Amino acid sequence: MGTTEQTWELRLYIAGKTPKSVSALSNLKKYCEEHLHGKYKIEVIDLLEKPQLAEGDQIFAVPTLVRKVPVPIRKIIGDLSNEEKVLVGLNIISVKSSVDVK
Amino acid sequence: MTKKINKLQDQKKAGLLPKSRTGINGLDEITEGGLPAGRPTLICGSAGCGKTLMSIEFIVRGALIYNEPGVFMAFEEKADELAVNVASLGFDLNQLIDDKLIRIDHVHIERSEIEETGEYDLEGLFIRLGYAIDSIGAKRVVLDTIENLFAGLDNQTVLRSEIRRLFQWLKEKGVTAIITGERGDNSLTRQGLEEYVSDCVILLENRISNQISTRLLRIVKYRGSVHGTNEYPFLIDEDGISVLPVTSLQLDSAVSTESISSGIASLDTMLGGAGFYKGSSILISGTAGTGKTSIASSFANANCLDGKKCIYFAFEESPHQIIRNMRSIGIDLNNHIKSGLLEFHASRPTLHGLEMHLVAIHKNIKRFKPDIVVLDPVTNLITVGSVSEVKSMLIRLVDYLQNEGITVMFTALSLNNTFNEQTDEGISSLVDAWLLIRDIESNGERNRGLYVMKSRGMGHSNQIREFIIADEGLELVDVYLGPDGVLVGSAREAHILREQTGQALHGQAVSRKDREISRKRKLLEAKIAGLQTEFESVEEELNKVYLEEELKHKIQEDNRREMIEKRKSIKAKK
Repeated sequence: MGTTEQTWELRLYIAGKTPKSVSALSNLKKYCEEHLHGKYKIEVIDLLEKPQLAEGDQIFAVPTLVRKVPVPIRKIIGDLSNEEKVLVGLNIISVKSSVDVK
Repeated sequence: MTKKINKLQDQKKAGLLPKSRTGINGLDEITEGGLPAGRPTLICGSAGCGKTLMSIEFIVRGALIYNEPGVFMAFEEKADELAVNVASLGFDLNQLIDDKLIRIDHVHIERSEIEETGEYDLEGLFIRLGYAIDSIGAKRVVLDTIENLFAGLDNQTVLRSEIRRLFQWLKEKGVTAIITGERGDNSLTRQGLEEYVSDCVILLENRISNQISTRLLRIVKYRGSVHGTNEYPFLIDEDGISVLPVTSLQLDSAVSTESISSGIASLDTMLGGAGFYKGSSILISGTAGTGKTSIASSFANANCLDGKKCIYFAFEESPHQIIRNMRSIGIDLNNHIKSGLLEFHASRPTLHGLEMHLVAIHKNIKRFKPDIVVLDPVTNLITVGSVSEVKSMLIRLVDYLQNEGITVMFTALSLNNTFNEQTDEGISSLVDAWLLIRDIESNGERNRGLYVMKSRGMGHSNQIREFIIADEGLELVDVYLGPDGVLVGSAREAHILREQTGQALHGQAVSRKDREISRKRKLLEAKIAGLQTEFESVEEELNKVYLEEELKHKIQEDNRREMIEKRKSIKAKK
């Protein structure tokens, strides 16, 4: 699919600096450094400041992580505490594991 | 606007719950003023019972009538789908959105796109809703339906607590909110949660009995307010939702002493001269073919000629059929239709449920504002409901019409079986005037006899009249009450004929006697004349004798005196 060549565009929607959003962001950074080193961009959107952006990405829960690129769009909600689920959700683990196995 | 706020404040001061009018026909009457203002209301029901429509009507009417902008948060339908769906009701949703009176936010939850990991909350939804509310200054909010959240997300515990928080949050926002919910198995909603946190719960139902569906609405709870507790039927048509608060009516309608003609002069006489009271209800019952429709049509015709407006609900015949048939007795209904005074609504009773018929009748009456309503025949409605249901429907209809001062005429078919006689009585107790047409069978023919069974507040005739349908119209004729009993039809005619013959014969006999008397008199008179002449001649004879004698006497006297004189002169000579 060539997804690994692309820069991953990730967007994290939060609502204020709640413990959940803080842990989500730190978790996300950790995973990205680990699995997508240098090929990712994280944009953090605080809905308290920009509520108008919630509708565009169909956000209803926070924190929500949206994978804009590569398509298709995928969403992960929650504080991203479960690494495996995040990686599966973002479709990162399959890439990594396939490399590992081969 | 300020007035309204003042009113709300007044209500608050008085400790009453402020309400927000829905603008939906009839719903505000049942809820005595609308939904609780600034509080969440749950509308629940199974699929296809009109939850979404009711909530969107709440938003649209709020925006159009009460100038309260509204946010519609759709979890199921997209904005353009909604716009198409309500376009059929004449609402231009896109225009309202452009005017910033309505905002539609479609929340799309696709389970396959979403992965859940760890803790989260629905703050995003709150922010989104808050933003939508603030952007147009919304006073009304609809969430249709939050159940989709449960379908899309796994963590039920979080959802339940978040939905609780959502209701609280909506209250804090001070918006009047409607939340729709799917009907659950044993509870009002699937989650069994919303009904407890809502201040008002409205249950919608679509009940099928005898293959006919009826939409029903019931207010399950309404904190801090009295409300109608019954099931109210409602109708969805091109004007949106109409609810009928029909059973909440009371017996306090004003009455009129004005009267209106029945269309048959001789019937008016029977009813004390002027006809029926305005705003009364009249029942005409009779067996098949006794001319019930003819009476009803003639009633409509006479009042249309007076310039009154009339609606004719036909459950048996098509308008064309009635018009054609009435032409044969000299009633031209087509003219009135053309002049807009008469309106026909023909439908088979099986078209929809009884309540729906009632709602449809109400709607038409509200729109047309007639002076007279004719229902022909009500007994056909039994095909879609039981006797008691029909009765209760008619009670409500009569109540409504009496309130409006509209005169109503029902026709009822009575068969010669107990079932329908019951119906007759069922309806007859609630009408003001009851005319009964009965077949009188005798001498191998069938004639119609009309009775005024009752006519409240009028000195009406207790007599049976024969009811005749002629080419020129309808007529009532006194029946002949003789030693042989009541005579009608040709028996009556024959009797009248016989009487006339008798009179002629009698007359002749009298004149013959008269002549004989005069002849006798003449004879007598002649005899008297004869006797008189006889008497005269006798008298003359007698007179003659008498005169002769007198003359003789005189002559004798003269002679004697002469003699004496002569004798004296002789003496002197001596």
